[in-house]
Amino acid sequence: MDRRMIIGGVGAAGVGAIAGAGFARSARAQSDAPFKLPPLGYAYEALEPHIDTATMRIHHMNHHQTYVNNLNALGAQLGDVAKAPIEQTLSHLSSVPEAIRTAVRNNLGGHWNHTYFWELMTPGGAKAPTGELKTAVDAAFGDFGKFKERLAASALGRFGSGWAWLVVDKDKKLAVVNTPYQDTPHMELQAKGAVIGVDVWEHAYYLKHQSRRADYIAAWWNVVNWDKAAENFKKAAA
Amino acid sequence: MSFTLPDLPYAYDALQPYMSKETLEFHHDKHHQAYVTNGNNLLKGTEWEGKSLEEVVKGSFGKNAGLFNNAGQHYNHVHFWKWMKPNGGGKIPGKLEKAIIDSFGSVDKMKEDFIQAGVTQFGSGWAWLAVKDGKVIVSKTPNGENPLVHGATPILGCDVWEHSYYIDYRNRRPDYLKAFVENLVNWDHVEEMFSKA
Repeated sequence: MDRRMIIGGVGAAGVGAIAGAGFARSARAQSDAPFKLPPLGYAYEALEPHIDTATMRIHHMNHHQTYVNNLNALGAQLGDVAKAPIEQTLSHLSSVPEAIRTAVRNNLGGHWNHTYFWELMTPGGAKAPTGELKTAVDAAFGDFGKFKERLAASALGRFGSGWAWLVVDKDKKLAVVNTPYQDTPHMELQAKGAVIGVDVWEHAYYLKHQSRRADYIAAWWNVVNWDKAAENFKKAAA
Repeated sequence: MSFTLPDLPYAYDALQPYMSKETLEFHHDKHHQAYVTNGNNLLKGTEWEGKSLEEVVKGSFGKNAGLFNNAGQHYNHVHFWKWMKPNGGGKIPGKLEKAIIDSFGSVDKMKEDFIQAGVTQFGSGWAWLAVKDGKVIVSKTPNGENPLVHGATPILGCDVWEHSYYIDYRNRRPDYLKAFVENLVNWDHVEEMFSKA
């Protein structure tokens, strides 16, 4: 996938160069820095009461911005990483020069994860998947309720900072997985794509839920953008 | 021996304004308690039941991740509370100060390295001062790990899990680390662990 599409929030592959170029103008043309903080597709308060405004602001404007800044601070050292499609870099980390590999892993991972996360949430979305994704989830996990339990258990089981995911894995099967820190499912797991993902770093929930990660996950289900999830699924399973 | 949650050695509001009452309530009563509860459940029926906490930590590392995570965090927090005190920071006791200067060149350099270790630990983890091969060293570890499982003896640790500072400092981890070093460290407990190491 082209980075411009990720940054601009255009999810479907093949939407084409016109949309890509449009987002390139708004998101990249202000300066020479190769990475930019993408705007949220909704207001900071839009996910209330499930995800609070204060958390959304600091999470987007400070945490995500820091990953972007850290990437840009690598400057000329970035080399091809500055131009390559992000997902290609993430799935071939061993090709990144060793001097910047950890920084790229952490910060490009953080940039991709958060860009993805903002797009995966929406106010007033559907409460459950429909269509092909629903069929696939039911087939893989029994039903939507059982899937939710699996994902929540995986998210709670991630000790320390990380993410929990529904992915199309390297064998093209739906699977619930979790990753440490800002690792993405493209890295070690070599997943085909992430259908949904939830940030379980404490910064994602501490202001509102403190030590109660389970309460945060229960609240998060209310803001999942299942249309976006269906699009992610279609692309990953293709 | 099962794990038990120790009381804080000071009042919940004693470390204000550098660490709030609210932070200590959650950190001690919820997070540390969860490590104790989960650790005890995971310890049952293992070869480490009845062993000392340090033996559980060292023995389970690399062998039983769930038990290690909780036992490691129990060990880390038992000491973390004692590594802080009201009106902390300040002068480092003589012998320890000398060892720090021998190892780092100056106290300021040690503080700088310690803070840098905490800032650069990506995600949840700890920054450490430890004794290894007779020298004082700075290190950092992820999640529940500590110098015990890396052939060193911890003498000071700062928790850089976000739960340790998010209420008071938000994303400003460097400010938290600076406050810890300058205003919270109980150098007497550090010296005590140093002299045993």
